[in-house]
Order: sequence, then structure tokens, then C-alpha cells
Amino acid sequence: MSLKDLLGGPDFRYNFAFLDEGAKREVRRALLKAVALPGHQVPFASPELPIARGWGTGGLQVTMSLIGPDDVLKIIDQGCDGSVNAVNLRKLLVATTGVRTTFDSREATLMQSRHRLPEIPMTEGQIAVLQVPLPEPLRLVEPSEVETRRMHAEGDYARMWVSLYEDVVQNGSVSLSWGYPCRVNDTYIMSPSPIPRWDLHMLHDSEHLTLLGAGREKRVYAVPPHTSVRPLEFDDIPFTVENFSGMACARCGSTDTFLDEIYDEKTGQPSRVCSDSGYCDLVTQGMIRARQAARA
Amino acid sequence: MRETVLLAATNLGKTYGPGCHECGNLTGPDKGTNICPRCGTVVALRGVTFELHEGEILGIVGESGSGKSTLVQCIYFDQQATEGQLSLKGYEEQENVLHIPRTEKRKIRSRLMGMVYQNPLRGLRMDITSGANVAEKLLEAEIFHFARIRARTAELLASTEIPSAYTDTFPRALSGGMQQRIQIAKALANNPPLVLLDEVTSGLDVSVQARVLDLIRELQRERGISMLVVSHDMGVIRLLADRTLVLKDGCVVEDGLTDQILEDPQHPYSQLLVHSTL
Repeated sequence: MSLKDLLGGPDFRYNFAFLDEGAKREVRRALLKAVALPGHQVPFASPELPIARGWGTGGLQVTMSLIGPDDVLKIIDQGCDGSVNAVNLRKLLVATTGVRTTFDSREATLMQSRHRLPEIPMTEGQIAVLQVPLPEPLRLVEPSEVETRRMHAEGDYARMWVSLYEDVVQNGSVSLSWGYPCRVNDTYIMSPSPIPRWDLHMLHDSEHLTLLGAGREKRVYAVPPHTSVRPLEFDDIPFTVENFSGMACARCGSTDTFLDEIYDEKTGQPSRVCSDSGYCDLVTQGMIRARQAARA
Repeated sequence: MRETVLLAATNLGKTYGPGCHECGNLTGPDKGTNICPRCGTVVALRGVTFELHEGEILGIVGESGSGKSTLVQCIYFDQQATEGQLSLKGYEEQENVLHIPRTEKRKIRSRLMGMVYQNPLRGLRMDITSGANVAEKLLEAEIFHFARIRARTAELLASTEIPSAYTDTFPRALSGGMQQRIQIAKALANNPPLVLLDEVTSGLDVSVQARVLDLIRELQRERGISMLVVSHDMGVIRLLADRTLVLKDGCVVEDGLTDQILEDPQHPYSQLLVHSTL
């Protein structure tokens, strides 16, 4: 039995985008507050969904509360439109809304993702929805929620800095690869979801709106367009991103994209491909020209 | 005589409990209790007034429960004083710093004060390295230059006689005396004009006590820091303090030059204290 069979019956219909209008309004109200206070975590109800918490329900509820019949939807997981989680979320949203979907990030009005932002920077009018596992950047250093909220309210971030300091002492540089703490609008420290360091610059002073939802932790937060998002860095140790120098995508040849390492099933040979499959496809199909490529 | 007042407390009071209009009359040194018999309120501090001058060490003595620790904790904003006024040179925005926002209080704490607690568990975090504990104070003061923090931390730990090998050791692996010295290094990190010492040497054996006290005296002379030294040990007070307050049941019963109090105590309680410990 498919989801469509469940939803399609005349007596058994879900509301548009699954959530009832009251539930959507509750999420939207939290989102308005989140946009008004960039980087501040706003609690929301996060009711049960047909997808388990921890599988993107935060982002899903944000998408469900915002999506309209005219929206064009793109959903990715690890940068890929075709991975299991993305496919399932897409199926649910299409079945309950009937909206058009796309793999081309330029076409999308709503783009839901977990680990990546598209290689092509998003533009005005587009909304990025990120699924967040751990919204609290201070959880690393403080287990108490009461205490972390006080720390945010008072801008008491010395302990976050101490953890970076210890990291540099032990490893020579900050070793966090994802969830790298950022100062938003020079006020709150935010965890930018599990996107890599590579993508952080696309949150800073962006054209698009970024909304972040954590379903299990029941928090939403936001980075409005043209808001500063600065990774924490010491004055003398600049923030760095992942290093792919000397590597190129085995499919499209790009040398300026975030690369995944994959292994050939037969030979076991490793190779690198673009993590953003939509971008890689566009280049491979000749729809766009790679910005920088090893072989043009 | 030193002229500049660094810290001035006026009528400082701290109570725990509902309080009633008789609390003031029914507690205090002459009543022999700090618990109000009518409402059960603990009057930990009442009408404490003193001035601390620049470069001076003021001793605070008294028995357990006399309000010594409460006093320094109110000054360090660990506790909120319920009454009175506190003013601090270096923070001129408000005459009374007791009711400023917590963000402002933290600025004062990180830039103008240092604290050494009796129990290192309160002053240090045992799950980060000794170096990071000291660095925390610098980071609180928004110094974000890694190499400078690292150098300053090393310098501070060296000045408190912590071998450099222990910089990256967790404080829980170190001895009590070593932990106290890390606390001292942390308290001095931002060259604060005021350092509060709450029973720093209690719980240390006598030889270690002597070394820690020597260290405090040396650092104080070198840097001209003002200090509030809380102790129940008259020996510590004799060694460190220029002037001394004697606290009993939350009230100051005597204040004066340390030598004077030790040689010629006026209040019956001070007499008892001096004679029973010396």
C-alpha cells in the first residue's frame, strides 16, 4: 500500500500540507518571532508526525507551515535529491500538497535540506529550510537548558570560547567540522545545523531567508536576509573551510565545490564527486557552465 | 595614609527568609543569634559599612556563620545583597553597583575583580585544563587573541609557581595547594584592582599554607592590588591584613588596624577570638 492509497480515499483526507491550519499558524507565529530575533531559539509545539523525530521533522513542519500550492519544492539530504530521507520527505509533501518539485536549486521557492546549502547561492525570495538535530550550540559546554538560556540572554559566551581555546591547544586549530558556532547579528551564538564550514559564508549577508527547525528539540530559529553570520574565530587564527585543493569532481570536473568521497563498488577505488547532485547534474548536462573545472 | 577609596560598602545587608520588622532588633551580636526568633529569617549580614583603599589588604574575621563568606559573595555578585549600597572605583556608571543589570555585573567581575574560593570546585572547572581555567577569565574580558592568551596564561601560572608541565593538566589531578594557586592565577588574569580571598588556606597543610600566603603577599606587593581576605585564622590575618573587621552574627563589632585588634581587642567577642586562637 502506498501513501497515496492512504491519503486518496474520499473519507480519509488530510489537510493541505498534512498539518491542520491551527498547527501551521503556531509554527508560523514561532517563525515570525525567530525572524525578528535572528539566531534566537524559539520554542514551538512540534507535534507527532508520520515521520519519526530526528528524521527532519523540524524542517518538515517549517516547510508544511509555509508551503502554498504555487511553491516549487526542492528537498535534499547530504546535498543529494535522491537520498532516502529526501525522497521520503518529498513523497509526503507531494502527496499532501501536489506542488511541483525540482532538482534545480534556481527554480525552487522552498528548499529543505539537512547538511548542505546549494552550490549556487540562493537569491531573494527563496527560502532555505534546514533540519537541525542539535539547535543549542552551548550544549557542548553546559548540560542545563535553564543555564544555556541565561547564557544566551546575557551574552555570556566565555565558556564557548574556552571550548574553542582547548580545541586549538590540543589540535592546533578548531576541529569542529559541522555545527560550527556562529555569531548572528553580533548577538546570539547559533548552531548552523549540520552544514559544513564550507557553506557558512552563504548564510552571511545572504539574499535569501534561512529558517532552521529542530523537531526533536522543539525549537525554530532563523537568519533573515542581509544578516551577519560570523563563525567564532580567534584574532590570530582565522576561520578556515574544508580543503579540496587539487581535487576535482569525477562527474562534472568542478574544482570549486564541496566534494564527497565515494568508493567504486567493484574496484574499491575512491573518487570525489560534488556533494550537491543538482548542481553536478546541471553541469554534466551542459545546462550551466562549471564555475571552475579541471576539464572544460 | 592612603586616600583613594576603591570599594565602599554602606549598610550592606543580606537576609534569607520572609523578614519581619523585628528582625533587626531581635538579632545581632548582643542577642547572640542571627536568626530572628519571630519569623525565622536568617540575617546573614546587617548594616555592614566599610571602605577599602587602593593597595590595602582588609581582613575579615569571625566564627563560622558570622557572615564572612556571604559578605565577599555579595561583593562578587554571587549572591544578591538585600540592602545597602556598594560602590566601586573603575565603574562610575552607577553609584550603587548592587542593582545594575547582570551583564554589567559580569563586566565588573571579569575586569575589576578576582575571586579565590575556599573550595576550588567553586572557582575552577575540573573538566577543562588548568590553562583553560585561567584563559576563561581572559576570554570573559573579550580578549580573543589566541597567542596572547596562551602567553599570558603561561606567565600567570609561572608567577603562581605552577610548573609549566601542568598547564594542560586537569585541575582534578592536582593537589589542593596547586588548585588554590591556579585559582589565584585566574583571579589575577586581568590585573584587577580588587581580589577577594575567601578562606584560601583552610584545608591546606601548614607548609603549603605558608607558601600560598607568601605568594599572595608577594603578588600583592608587586602589583599593588587591594584585597579582601576572609579567614577564621588569626594567623592568616596577622600575616596579610593591614586593617581588620571583626564580624559576629552578621554585624561588624570592631574594626581597626590589625595589630591594634590583635594586641588590644576592645569588643568582648574580639577578645575571645584573639585569646582563643593565639
